[in-house]
Amino acid sequence: MNNLYESQKLGLWYMSAALVLFGAQILFGLLIAYQYLNPDFLFGIFNFNIGRILHINAMVVWLLMGFIGAVYWFLPVETGRETVGIKLGKLAFFILLAALTVVILVYIFVQTGAGNKISLWFINEGREYIEAPRWADIGIVIVVLVFLYNVFATVFASKKITGIMGVLMIDLVALAGLYLAGMFYTVNISLDQYFWWWVIHLWVEATWEVLIGCIMALALMYVLKTPRKIVEGWLYLEVFLVFGTGILGLGHHYFWIGTPEYWLGIGGFFSALEPIPLVAMIIHAVYDAGVQRLKTVNKPALFWILAQAFGNFIGAGVWGFMQTLPQINLYSHGTQLAASHGHLAFFGAYVTTNIAVAYIMVHKIRGGEVKLMDSKLWKYAYVLMIISIIGMAGSMMVAGFAQTEIERAVGGSTWQAYINAHLHPWMVEPMYWRFGFGFLMLIGYILLIVDLLTIGKKEEKTAVEEVAHA
Amino acid sequence: MNFNWLEIIVFAIFLSIVVSAIFVRGKSWLEPNFWKRTALITSIIMVAVLLVLTVDTLSKISMGTDRIPDATVINKKISYVYSDEKHRFVPKIEGQEKFFGKIWSKNEAEELLNIGKMTIQSRACMDCHTLLGNGAYYAPDLTKAWLDPKWNLLIKNMVNAKTKEEAIVKWLMNTDKYPTFTRRMPNMHLSEKEAKAVVAYLKWMSAIDTNGFPDNFLSSQK
Repeated sequence: MNNLYESQKLGLWYMSAALVLFGAQILFGLLIAYQYLNPDFLFGIFNFNIGRILHINAMVVWLLMGFIGAVYWFLPVETGRETVGIKLGKLAFFILLAALTVVILVYIFVQTGAGNKISLWFINEGREYIEAPRWADIGIVIVVLVFLYNVFATVFASKKITGIMGVLMIDLVALAGLYLAGMFYTVNISLDQYFWWWVIHLWVEATWEVLIGCIMALALMYVLKTPRKIVEGWLYLEVFLVFGTGILGLGHHYFWIGTPEYWLGIGGFFSALEPIPLVAMIIHAVYDAGVQRLKTVNKPALFWILAQAFGNFIGAGVWGFMQTLPQINLYSHGTQLAASHGHLAFFGAYVTTNIAVAYIMVHKIRGGEVKLMDSKLWKYAYVLMIISIIGMAGSMMVAGFAQTEIERAVGGSTWQAYINAHLHPWMVEPMYWRFGFGFLMLIGYILLIVDLLTIGKKEEKTAVEEVAHA
Repeated sequence: MNFNWLEIIVFAIFLSIVVSAIFVRGKSWLEPNFWKRTALITSIIMVAVLLVLTVDTLSKISMGTDRIPDATVINKKISYVYSDEKHRFVPKIEGQEKFFGKIWSKNEAEELLNIGKMTIQSRACMDCHTLLGNGAYYAPDLTKAWLDPKWNLLIKNMVNAKTKEEAIVKWLMNTDKYPTFTRRMPNMHLSEKEAKAVVAYLKWMSAIDTNGFPDNFLSSQK
């Protein structure tokens, strides 16, 4: 641990906290998946909506914390110096942890409040993905501002702005600024959802994609020793394609919320192009890995990077495209098909990124970057988690197609049509498969954590012993 | 302003290509700088187009426009019909209709919707239901819930109410006692005021022009 910058230690803390929250996400996911099978389970005590808030908020927070950890990790490597304001950064980390604890405890024990502003400020804002009460929103903004300051101050202090850092800085400003778009109350639900999507879509399908583009560029340079000129060239191309298609691709969320009809055409067109940057990312990763003939010092990281390239394309690209044109979305909107896409995309694009970075961190703290890092266990975790996510997304896809047909296209979307669809075996059975694959994911997660805690330890010991003998 | 989607797309792409071409002239497409400039210019143009469209959209989705009715629509009779002209379903608003036995003034109606919206948020309705199709998938979509035939066909008798709005209030305040399927709705402990406000919100929401979503509503009940 002594060979680490303080910034890298902070990065490690962020990643550790993130991985704990990942476990919480899986557990709450399992709970609500079980409520689909047995709706009386914890009925009236811990209702589905509370479990779901915890499931999706844990996801948003742990992914973001992982990204912040990754940036703190690579920042000194990229700038060649310690992060400016590292003490402030550490303080912000503990404030974030304390705030998260309070928010989670309130979600679990208070759950909901009366229909007034006090509830929205202190209990639960009730807007999917950004349910955090307003006081926590403000706290999140402060923590992110500290992070932004640290990145900017460190880069400026190093007196050189690499291409990757340039892209990262612009992207982080956009990412932080967009969060503000979700921090207001309005009685008008169309206006509410219009800006709500600025946070959700422009994060997940634009600024997050570019952020992981930067993290992946740094990771590839580390894992495969890909030359900077190549990764930066690809990064610019990816930014061009992600922002070029993703910003107006936002339109696919404006089909049915009361917004004008031109969004049908704009959203359909640009979101149909959204898979293109993801194809570019695959070519990039496969090309680099091929050039190096898969030779690397960090096998698990490399394989998670490859999983990221394919997962992002299939989960976000193909699964998204499948339902993005308004002609099909009119029927598939708000069905299990969206859940299928969500699971595959978030895992494929973002979970894989964070796991790859976690392995890069572990590599360095277990005795440096020269020795090959490999184990048997990571392969089991890798295969198990990928099978689980495909199984879950596949189950929800079958259920989603059935729901699209039975409830929406044939039944006309009424209450009874919803019930009919949910009692049909095509929807009932996949919910069991989904739970089963969810359980498998939990096992995969446990193996992953065990591996992260143990991989490379033996070699580290041997190295220490060698030194002692010498 | 009246935009046509194709014009906007062609404009955004054309402008990106032309401006990028000016700034990268003389550079090889294999140089990172070529893509750096293209990325920056395209991003700026797309953000600019989004901002212009946002200004236009906001003017069309404020309350009291053709697409989003104002709060007093709760005093009107609302239905959802197929429009031959638009080739999709549209809300039809016509004739007065008492709501909880009275006609609400604009201020009263706005206050009611405000409480309804805060209640819907504070109870995290969106983490089981979908509103305008967005939310969770554990419970039915509420976009046109006010128009759902089940209130008159089943719930009214079930809770012993005279009007639809009264039936919804009674049902909402005792959801755990009136299951309609294996999955019950938990009791969200709404006060009567909150329950009335939620009903008003559902009625107002059903009058929003959602470009035809959901399609073919009611087809199975015809």
